[in-house]
Amino acid sequence: MSHVEFIAPTKPEQAAAALLAGGAHARPLSGGTDLLVQLRSGRLPPGLIVDLKRIPEAIGIRQEGGGFVIGAATPGAALSEHRALGLAWPGVVEAANLIGSTQVQGRASMAGNLCNASPAADSVPALVAARATCVIVGPGGRRTAPVGSIAIGPGRTSLAPGEFVLEIHLPPRPARSGDAYLRLIPRTEMDIAVVGAGVNLTLDGDGVVTEAHVALGAVAPTVLLVADAGAALIGTKADEAALAALDAAARAACNPISDKRGTIEYRTKIAGVLARRAATIAYGRAEKRA
Amino acid sequence: MSDVLERPAAAPLDDGQLKVVGTRPVRPDGAEKVTGKAMYGADLALPGQLVGKIKRSPHPHARIVSIDTRRARALPGVKAVVTAADFPDLASEEYEAGESASNLRDLSLNVMARDKALYDGHAVAAVAATSSAIADEALELITVEYEVLPHVTDVEASMASDAPVLHAHLFTQGLAEKPSAPSNIAKRNEIKRGDLEAGFAEADVVVEGRYTTAAVHQGYIEPHACVASFGADGQCQVWSSSQGQFMIRTYCAKILALESSDIRVTPAEIGGGFGGKTTVYLEPVALALSRQCGHPVKMVMTRDEVFRATGPTSGAVVEVKLGAKSDGTLIAADVVLKYQAGAFPGSPVGAGSMTALACYDIPNFSIVGYDVVTNTPKVAAYRAPGAPISAFGVESAVDDMALKLGMDPIALREKNAVRDGVKASYGPTYRNIGYVETLEAIKTHPHYAAPLGPNQGRGVAVGFWFNVGGESTAAVNLNEDGTAVVISGNPDIGGSRASMAMMAAEVLGLPVEKVRPIVADTASIGFSMLTGGSRTTFATGMAVTQAAQKVVEDLKRRAAMLMDVAVDEVEFVNGAAVCRDPAKASLTVAELAAKAAQTGGPIGAQVSLNAQGAGPGFGVHVCDVEVDPETGHVTVLRYTAAQDVGKAIHPSYVEGQVQGGVAQGVGWALNEEYIFDRSGRMENPGFLDYRVPVASDLPMIDAVLVEVANPRHPFGAKGVGEVPIVPPLAAVANAVRGAIGRRLTDLPLSPPKIRAAIDAG
Repeated sequence: MSHVEFIAPTKPEQAAAALLAGGAHARPLSGGTDLLVQLRSGRLPPGLIVDLKRIPEAIGIRQEGGGFVIGAATPGAALSEHRALGLAWPGVVEAANLIGSTQVQGRASMAGNLCNASPAADSVPALVAARATCVIVGPGGRRTAPVGSIAIGPGRTSLAPGEFVLEIHLPPRPARSGDAYLRLIPRTEMDIAVVGAGVNLTLDGDGVVTEAHVALGAVAPTVLLVADAGAALIGTKADEAALAALDAAARAACNPISDKRGTIEYRTKIAGVLARRAATIAYGRAEKRA
Repeated sequence: MSDVLERPAAAPLDDGQLKVVGTRPVRPDGAEKVTGKAMYGADLALPGQLVGKIKRSPHPHARIVSIDTRRARALPGVKAVVTAADFPDLASEEYEAGESASNLRDLSLNVMARDKALYDGHAVAAVAATSSAIADEALELITVEYEVLPHVTDVEASMASDAPVLHAHLFTQGLAEKPSAPSNIAKRNEIKRGDLEAGFAEADVVVEGRYTTAAVHQGYIEPHACVASFGADGQCQVWSSSQGQFMIRTYCAKILALESSDIRVTPAEIGGGFGGKTTVYLEPVALALSRQCGHPVKMVMTRDEVFRATGPTSGAVVEVKLGAKSDGTLIAADVVLKYQAGAFPGSPVGAGSMTALACYDIPNFSIVGYDVVTNTPKVAAYRAPGAPISAFGVESAVDDMALKLGMDPIALREKNAVRDGVKASYGPTYRNIGYVETLEAIKTHPHYAAPLGPNQGRGVAVGFWFNVGGESTAAVNLNEDGTAVVISGNPDIGGSRASMAMMAAEVLGLPVEKVRPIVADTASIGFSMLTGGSRTTFATGMAVTQAAQKVVEDLKRRAAMLMDVAVDEVEFVNGAAVCRDPAKASLTVAELAAKAAQTGGPIGAQVSLNAQGAGPGFGVHVCDVEVDPETGHVTVLRYTAAQDVGKAIHPSYVEGQVQGGVAQGVGWALNEEYIFDRSGRMENPGFLDYRVPVASDLPMIDAVLVEVANPRHPFGAKGVGEVPIVPPLAAVANAVRGAIGRRLTDLPLSPPKIRAAIDAG
């Protein structure tokens, strides 16, 4: 007989031990907006659910060392209500808030979005562009890894048995920095990105880009950090020529598939368009943030 | 749809004196729905109830070699297992009970496949078990041996001579002589007038186009659901969500060879139907399972099942050629329609043909339609079945004609508009239609003159639907305190409870809050055809009005008795019986109800009728869009829909019907489509990738109600629910044409297609 077991430990180490003991069918639960849907549809077999929400470090947003620490199970709605986070990382927050609906935002978490390992996850390109890292807890203790290293393919992560993401860390924010995330969906909401683009950049006093990171979603098996695209912006004021170079670099990096949501040709074109538009928004935000 | 339009007119009740009809009271079913108390199809739970589930074919076309259910039956908790062997093998017979005639054999085979599975999702077996998990496990334990056959899902591919044939017995009907071989073309129909060749020879300007639409689902939010209980004495009860409890009863009786008197069907609240709940899928299966084990069986579809095995409407190819004189007079039209029927014959190509040119007075035309079976779910009625598809082609071509002639698109349509006295393309002569008035409403609307910005375009399109009447029964009973109950047999899918209560209240002179409308089960009210064809407010409304009028006559008779005067001395005014002799005190409905025992007993009346003279409806829509030239994304900026509604009984709900039809039409135009993979399986059986519009996709839709009264209805009403889905496909496509400067002919107009068209220059 098929059934689901559920535990809600209060310590990270307990959760790691339970996940290890539970084997292949054990899953950590944050918001559950992917996990429960997959269980109900039969895509995932029933097994052990380890709820992370009772672990204090896994919930809430803390300002530490000039940056932000976001608990793995913190819902999107809490991100949108955090003023300081929204001022520092508007692109990360808008990306996370694009997931699902208002109701889903009451539950859905960025760490869940990350570990579901969909190439189209909305918050991931923004986090990768932000150079975010995550704290991973496992049977062997804690380690830190870049957000971009978690997903290794559609639905697959680099996490070892018993490991789970406890926290996401956003680095300290220099002055005159801005980020932005855009996605293309056929509708206006409640949809999955056909293409997503996150851009994070920092300007000097003259408005010249000194640092830039561009990440693309849904155009490859995992989210891409496109170094050439970032480089196209550095040393420029994100003028037309720089944006054209960014567009071309973004398109060159794409390795998408054709499926029911979009063709290779279309996804590639749109990656360039969205990278350009997101860079323009990020640049405008950086200019305003002295 | 072959409704009588030529009957003499009776004057509708005087508009100036109406107190309830035309106002906007709170709907009587509103509180139950917004507080979550309303009982929908899946909400009923009976003692001892089992969970019923269906095993479905994973193949779009396969011979069923064998089905082994032994391991499923042996699983503890499994109480019943059925296959086609548990249903009578019916003879081929056309039977009229749903929205249109159905072949009972096909209907039965769609409910449970017998020799062949004809689409991905076709039911092949069913189980009833004590829990959902056990039922799931039991489905896994049923072994079906298939011989997989070549399949075809595309309509034109299915018409090709080398296509795999779905039904060896299917020979094309409507040809001069019976073809020598079976094919997937079930039927060819043709409507002709004048001399097509001569018409085109006279034309100064000719436009031509080939238009395609994808199969789309009705998209009701509530999945199909029912509970069925087969009694030890053969008495059955069914509770289900549908557009017609009598339809459910009839089809269950036919499919299971039962008598109608042995089946009582109680309608649940319905969470959307749009035509898709005018047939049966689960109810006969639940009854068969219940018959086997004696327990009530509840069945609720998943969304995946709803997409794969119910609805949709046809994907289609429409070819249109129009000829016009240089002054804009349309002189010839050649229309070819190829509609996907799904696994069994019965696409709405007939209605698509009849409506295609119904807005136009054209002397020479030919409309040829093909009904084509494919390895896809059997189509079901969808709001103005068939009409949006043919209108998409015709209205796109008319738009191109206006461009070519340099004419305003409304002026071109006005010049060729049907009017009273014109013989409709589908046969009857129009009377009391409000088409020209509706065109005028848009022409003079501020929207039509509003400026457009860059990358924006405006599209106009018109649409027609017959509207029908038909058989209805309604009863009006007075309570002892002078309040009233209105009983009908039509599920309320569009606010009909409100309109029934309002019409009864108007006649009885009561405030609408004193009149409670209910939708009764099949044993508690006489027969009514299902809710469909935009018939309920017209036909059942007529029965309600007549029943209320009978009550009023009875009240006058009883008042005369109490006043001791002749009946003709008594009038009924504002909810009271008033004697011409001012010395006699008036008697209110409440006073008369209180004295019912003295005057003959309970007060109530029932009327059964077959309503004729439903006025056809016309809609004229104007849509503004903006296209993002880099992404191809379309934003609908503004939408105005004018429609001749005869008389809006409850204007808010009429506006709601117009807005809802537009919303569905915009979805059809922009994003909705069945996507099949190469193995013939539906790739997007869920609301994530089958994209109905969400609220933020649409602007506030401005509904403009034009009221040209239908003299055959006591208050002048015409059907309203279906017309508004007819124009939007073309209205949106014509607007996109305006925005990007090129014509797109392949729905849906999803962003990749638009970007590709822009890039192609």
